[in-house]
Amino acid sequence: MSNKDIEYTTVSEVAGPLIIVEGIKDVAYNEVVKIKTSYGEERTGQVLEVFSDKAIVQVFEGTKGLDTDKTSARFIGETMKLGVAKDMLGRVFDGTGNPLDDAPPIIPEDRRDINGNPINPYAREYPQEFIQTGISTIDGLNTLVRGQKLPIFSASGLPHNELAAQIARQAKVLGKEEKFAVVFCAMGITSEEANLFIRDFENTGALERTVMFLNLADDPTIERVILPRMALTCAEYLAFDLGMQVLVILTDLTNYAEALREIAAAREEVPGRRGYPGYMYTDLATIYERAGRIKGKKGSITQIPMLTMPDDDITHPIPDLTGYITEGQIVLERGLHKKDIYPPIAVLPCLSRLMDRGIGDGRTREDHAGVSNQLYAAYSEGCDLRDLVAIVGEDALSDRDRKFLNFAEEFEKKFVSQGKHEDRSIEQTLSIGWELFSRLPTSELKKIDEKYIKKYLPKGGKEE
Amino acid sequence: MSKKSQEGKIIRISGPVIEADDMRGAKMYDVVRVGDENLIGEIIRLNGDVATIQVYEDTNGLKPGEKVISTDMPLSVELGPGLLTNIYDGIQRPLPAIYEETGDFISRGVEAHAIDRKKKWHFKPVAKSGDKVSGCDVIGEVQETSIIVHKIIVPPDVKGTISSVEKEGDYTVEDDIAVITTDKEDVKLQMLQRWPVRKPRPVAKKYDPSLPLITGQRVIDTFFPVAKGGTAAIPGGFGTGKTVMLHQIAKWSDAQIVVYVGCGERGNEMTDVLREFPELVDPKTGEPLMSRTVLIANTSNMPVAARDASVYTGITIAEYYRDMGYDVALMADSTSRLAEAMREISGRLEEMPGEEGYPAYLASRLAEFYERAGRVKLLGSKDKEGSVSVIGAVSPPGGDFSEPVAQNTLRIVKVFWALDADLADKRHFPSINWLKSYSLHLDEVNGWWKKEVGEDWLKLRNKAMALLQKESELQEIVKLVGPDALPSKERAFLESARMIREDFLQQSAFHEVDTYCPSNKQYEMLRLMLKFSDKLQEAVDKNVHMDDILSMKSRENLARMSTVPNKEFEVRFQTVENDFEKEIDSLMKGGK
Ligand SMILES: Nc1ncnc2c1ncn2[C@@H]1O[C@H](COP(=O)(O)OP(=O)(O)OP(=O)(O)O)[C@@H](O)[C@H]1O
Ligand SMILES: [Mg+2]
Repeated sequence: MSNKDIEYTTVSEVAGPLIIVEGIKDVAYNEVVKIKTSYGEERTGQVLEVFSDKAIVQVFEGTKGLDTDKTSARFIGETMKLGVAKDMLGRVFDGTGNPLDDAPPIIPEDRRDINGNPINPYAREYPQEFIQTGISTIDGLNTLVRGQKLPIFSASGLPHNELAAQIARQAKVLGKEEKFAVVFCAMGITSEEANLFIRDFENTGALERTVMFLNLADDPTIERVILPRMALTCAEYLAFDLGMQVLVILTDLTNYAEALREIAAAREEVPGRRGYPGYMYTDLATIYERAGRIKGKKGSITQIPMLTMPDDDITHPIPDLTGYITEGQIVLERGLHKKDIYPPIAVLPCLSRLMDRGIGDGRTREDHAGVSNQLYAAYSEGCDLRDLVAIVGEDALSDRDRKFLNFAEEFEKKFVSQGKHEDRSIEQTLSIGWELFSRLPTSELKKIDEKYIKKYLPKGGKEE
Repeated sequence: MSKKSQEGKIIRISGPVIEADDMRGAKMYDVVRVGDENLIGEIIRLNGDVATIQVYEDTNGLKPGEKVISTDMPLSVELGPGLLTNIYDGIQRPLPAIYEETGDFISRGVEAHAIDRKKKWHFKPVAKSGDKVSGCDVIGEVQETSIIVHKIIVPPDVKGTISSVEKEGDYTVEDDIAVITTDKEDVKLQMLQRWPVRKPRPVAKKYDPSLPLITGQRVIDTFFPVAKGGTAAIPGGFGTGKTVMLHQIAKWSDAQIVVYVGCGERGNEMTDVLREFPELVDPKTGEPLMSRTVLIANTSNMPVAARDASVYTGITIAEYYRDMGYDVALMADSTSRLAEAMREISGRLEEMPGEEGYPAYLASRLAEFYERAGRVKLLGSKDKEGSVSVIGAVSPPGGDFSEPVAQNTLRIVKVFWALDADLADKRHFPSINWLKSYSLHLDEVNGWWKKEVGEDWLKLRNKAMALLQKESELQEIVKLVGPDALPSKERAFLESARMIREDFLQQSAFHEVDTYCPSNKQYEMLRLMLKFSDKLQEAVDKNVHMDDILSMKSRENLARMSTVPNKEFEVRFQTVENDFEKEIDSLMKGGK
């Protein structure tokens, strides 16, 4: 009799999201376990640690109702797999990969281990194709490219979902008609939040290009640990087998990290910073690093993970470890939101590490790098002066300084702020930048090459 | 006597750590083959019959009961021609070969030689029969890349008389190329040699460093220099510029060999190097930068146990090229990932955790690693030198330097480049904080600068530092009373300091000219800026109005000195100097 047919009723311990099964034989590390409660309900688990005769198993749907008497466990002989197929587009799945919509189950073209394998760095293609999102602060200052992982650091109550939906709606690679396929992975968000996306996908006709994996706020928490891995397994299939351009939206990674912490606590592991497991960096990396491009392959995976910073604190382990892995970050700020600026993107702490090679002549425009550097320099100087004015008053400023102070205000109003359905071209974004520069003395535009100043600075600009 | 290697079986699997029974007789740190797929692991604890093993590959699907076989050998690297231009994983498997074998994704149990066995190299003997030789003496040479001559050296632990050397000709790395008679036996030498990674290669003597490692980065070379054979750490929160700086040093530093270890960082960053280095040209030799570079990649999504192996693999390769007499620079990005891997493994071993969960031996492990840097007298009969400089990135959680990895590193290294998130947010790059950083190599490298560049180098450097220090004090006052309230003299100081900050310390890694600034250009830029500063003071003393100073035309040319092409700067700077002198002098004459 193969192990697959044995129902072990030897659960010796139930603790937090874990159970311990004793007297087992021939069980593999990370193997999938089917668990049956005393009243016949089936659940899924995974082996976290295995000894010669016992296994520690995490139960995705939680351990409520499990006992050490009648609960049984069956080890199915393989690690967690997801059946993948082109037909997944337009469908909705739950946290264990079963369809949530009324349509029949998909017929898999292949079954893939959800943990995937690391992309060989030698096989990677460096991402450098500009994606126009139509949002000035992103396109102009923190450019997104195909194959990048660029998270949104938000906080509770800020419009990060609107922003992500807007990106999904507007993202395009210039000169290419091809639309992005979207893999949407919801971890622990409310159904209201999920509906915002679903409605948007419906309205724009994107639904048929979208695969959704949903684990909502009232769904089992431990499932959140496998959900992004399923979503990315699907994304890899679409991108690298079928050659599609895939945009993966993961939300909310904070809920994912909480689930990790719960498991670590149940195992009584030595906690790392603020109670999160010491291996959280590596764990998150196995999610984020699945973005990218591969030599000789047409498709790509671009990731937009979203997280809410607990206490608005960017040094909290969840944003901190994320920032150490992703290729930049878009940071939302409550202060701007209160000033009624949408999107409330706090420009200074934002970054796109892949920007430098995705912009310039032939990609966006020749003056892009200079404009971006100059906007940053001038805005940060204006912000410093704002702090100063708060103490010494505006009268203590020189004429020059007052121009920078004013620049910061106008920058937020004209450049940062835009409509939820306003889709700005990169030219529009850059010309707003130049319009703002015309308010500064030309001699202060030190970050831009003189030849671009001659070419692009609006004629009304004051010569000093 | 051939001893049967130890074979046991798995009794526990917990992530990258497994336990195997029946392992009595196996040795600590020996390499083992784990399971039916022959995964590679290393013994990290022995207790009676049970060995604890860290596995360098993914352990998914492994089962208790599967076999574990000891190879009876410590984790070693292969050394010989063919290392340069290659990219390896943490345990020195060549990624291009893995790509050939398993495609775009790395799967488990791949076997691949670090050094190609079939390729023939043109070997030229330089020693002859009868020569008395010992470790690091050169037997022959191979042109490994267009710029690097690979010296085939006697292994450090061999000493004797050459009884034969092969003639000039083409050989594979496994062909015998010489025989050395020692007091015990005849040793056959091949170009391929091995060395255990955890054991430093011996040297005759360590010297104090004396030459600067010129990196072409102004804030480093001029303000916080690192010496050849020195150690430097670059800590900073995410996105503050560690990787860009390490890449810059790998590209432009005047080391002869570069070993770049990507330890627990991004895949794309390694791809970036692979893509860019072959196209970039070394400013000194005119040859592609890749020709002197070895890459080691254990990216964040690759097995965590191999983090520490990747760094040891890198440093051993660095020592090997040092032993040929080269100046080698090793970059490790990031040592924090190495420390975290130690913490994870230690946690799985249920060791007593120290500060923030790190094992108690964190400090000594880090020290052992940096201790392998140095300018040394090589073994061997000739009086030869080589050096390994080590530069490590540190990624402190929350950007807070008070954590154990940063603190322990600080105690060891001689040069400290403190990255500052505020500067990075303002796009002041490199975001090295000039008030918090330091170099203990200033006096050592001063001799070189005096002789090669300018007699008063250190004086200028210190004067600029003093100006920046003064700026930060003045800024405290400005915060209270506003800039207008300052006397003109102080305002002139602020202007001069601003120029040094914005136009000297800042340097764009992505600007075609500014990315590399030769040492004499650095010196001239600083000299002119400080001269300008002196002139300003003079002008203020003569009651020239601040507004007139601020609207001087020639200020702009001073500000743009960094982007003047390196070939033309001498002539162009002359004009810059003449212009501002003339302009200030005329202001002073007309001054009220
Ligand atoms: N010298 C420089 N010139 C221009 N831009 C720079 C420079 N240094 C850093 N940057 C900018 O800062 C970004 C982040 O730098 P980098 O990737 O080196 O950060 P890091 O400290 O390695 O971060 P992490 O710890 O997350 O890896 C770069 O992508 C680049 O845009
Ligand atoms: Mg980095």
